[in-house]
Amino acid sequence: MKKGRFGEFGGQYVPETVMNAVCELEEAYNRYKDDEEFKEELRKLYCEYANRPSLLYYAERMTNDLGGAKIYIKREDLNHTGAHKVNNCLGQILLAKKMGKKRIIAETGAGQHGVATATVCALFGLECCVYMGEEDTKRQSLNVYRMELLGAKVVPVKSGTHTLKDAINEAMRDWCTNIETTFYCIGSVMGPHPYPEMVRDFQKIIGEEIREQMLRAEGRLPDAVIACVGGGSNAMGAFYDFIGEKDVRLIGAEAAGRGIDTAETAATLSKGSVGIFHGMKSIFLQDEYGQIAPVYSISAGLDYPGIGPEHAALWKSGRGEYVPITDEEAVQAFEYLTRTEGIIPAIESAHAVAAAMKIAPSMKDKIIVINLSGRGDKDVYSIARYRGKEINV
Amino acid sequence: MNRIDSTFEKLRAQGRKALITFVTAGDPDMDTTVKTVLEMYENGADIVELGVPFSDPIAEGVTIQEASLRSLNGGTTLDKIFPAAEKIRKSTDKALVLMMYLNTIFVYGCDKFFSKCAEYGIDGVIVPDMPYEEREEISPFADKYGIHCINLVSPASRDRIKKIAADSNGFLYCVSSNGVTGVRSEYKTNFDEFFGIIKENASCPCCVGFGISGPEQAKKMAAYCDGVIIGSAIVRIIAANGAESPKPVGEFVRSVRDGLDS
Repeated sequence: MKKGRFGEFGGQYVPETVMNAVCELEEAYNRYKDDEEFKEELRKLYCEYANRPSLLYYAERMTNDLGGAKIYIKREDLNHTGAHKVNNCLGQILLAKKMGKKRIIAETGAGQHGVATATVCALFGLECCVYMGEEDTKRQSLNVYRMELLGAKVVPVKSGTHTLKDAINEAMRDWCTNIETTFYCIGSVMGPHPYPEMVRDFQKIIGEEIREQMLRAEGRLPDAVIACVGGGSNAMGAFYDFIGEKDVRLIGAEAAGRGIDTAETAATLSKGSVGIFHGMKSIFLQDEYGQIAPVYSISAGLDYPGIGPEHAALWKSGRGEYVPITDEEAVQAFEYLTRTEGIIPAIESAHAVAAAMKIAPSMKDKIIVINLSGRGDKDVYSIARYRGKEINV
Repeated sequence: MNRIDSTFEKLRAQGRKALITFVTAGDPDMDTTVKTVLEMYENGADIVELGVPFSDPIAEGVTIQEASLRSLNGGTTLDKIFPAAEKIRKSTDKALVLMMYLNTIFVYGCDKFFSKCAEYGIDGVIVPDMPYEEREEISPFADKYGIHCINLVSPASRDRIKKIAADSNGFLYCVSSNGVTGVRSEYKTNFDEFFGIIKENASCPCCVGFGISGPEQAKKMAAYCDGVIIGSAIVRIIAANGAESPKPVGEFVRSVRDGLDS
């Protein structure tokens, strides 16, 4: 198999100007990933700065209410900055520092990756520039201001559909221009090799902790791990340690928006086809001429027309199951978890909660782990609006 | 013989530099594109690059991004560009290449795409999001139909310049400076060093593009290599003149030709 491939998916499809930087990054990553000093520094940051390990919480009320599987919730929402994104940012930016890079750029959808990047840049004293679709800066104005407070420059992207994919386009253009000084901190398991592999490695601690915590709590592995999937980093992080465990179902919840039978969807695996975009061969929502489709979801973080190549491979082999969850289902799950357990999930993570709510009743005596990738404070305003309530923020 | 190769053979014999010009196909409409392309040939362009619009052109600056969008909004597809190429081919035997993103070829089907290129008189393709290491994705199909896949190198290619230059055909597209397409007021690249390595290793003629705005800059840059590529400067004229573009574009191309020949 060629390097950086997951079956037919993956690869390094980038403009020539960034190819050398991609190769340099690959070299640096290969050098540091097994370096004891690097690993120890990262472990310390995870534990002492980011609040790892995150809790594995037994959701008793939800379990009783749904009347089927025992439900555990992996609390990535309790990480510093409120989402799993910080795991990856600490890893990549620590690597950037080792490589002597002075300027970090990132794209962001919901703003969680942007906030995590800005946070770690503040911690390390590095210049930070975050590209964010103009539409998303409006949906997530709170996160925009958080990033600015942290010292980052937030650039609203006005090209294309003004959302996550356009923010990635603009970040890539910046990278082409400032290639000598700049490190591109990609927020998901996507892009050219080594990003999908590297980001997964920085997130795989989620699954490793789930295994350990589950063995301690139940003395056995879970029957299913459920996570939401946009690019797919929290899902890949939760799944990776269980890929070899054939009895553990790996379930990804995609954003179906207004439904997979409408044009307003972001359910890549349900409706997409093989293509080459953003540095990788994977599955994309696109037309018959390969023009990338505008996508829609209530969740800015899942509003992406592609999916990481390793997910595409898990989907193709059948090892991973991927289900579409609509806006309405996600909002209901958002409200349900909030009222049942007193945990307000990110609207992204609510997609995983919704998928769990669908399958739990028929899984008596089984154990499900929901990866709750982020907290939902940022979404309260848009949920209110969805429910027709105007609140002042 | 591929028309790109015969073009450079002729130019070499005449001791002249190549002028390669770019327009986005279908901007503002396909009829204007055909007229503009013929006008460019008429006024001294040796090779024309026809840009195939893509929804997410990550290697382009704002000028060509906007042209792509105008073209896509007008309903341009690959299946409308091939007949336009055929019209151009009926009026000229000069070289015509497509500049396009890899996904357009991949989704269309590589074999079908290159067989149509051969059928409609396309001589080469430039794919800015396909680095040398991934060229196998399309090169077997291009080779099968005698179409050149044009390699790109940039100053940031560094150690990779040698191997890319040594394994190129048609011409080598030398990106003048790091960044996306678009007019630049100045370059930071050390051209003596950059073109020194390229020329020592190149297996075909080398042309420079990205940021060249007019006759003087073209002449200066052409001194380093075998020709120049002008894109955004032309697209800006089209953005300003719409369907009336052929004439002003022709005049601009003539001025660059004269600059190169002076």
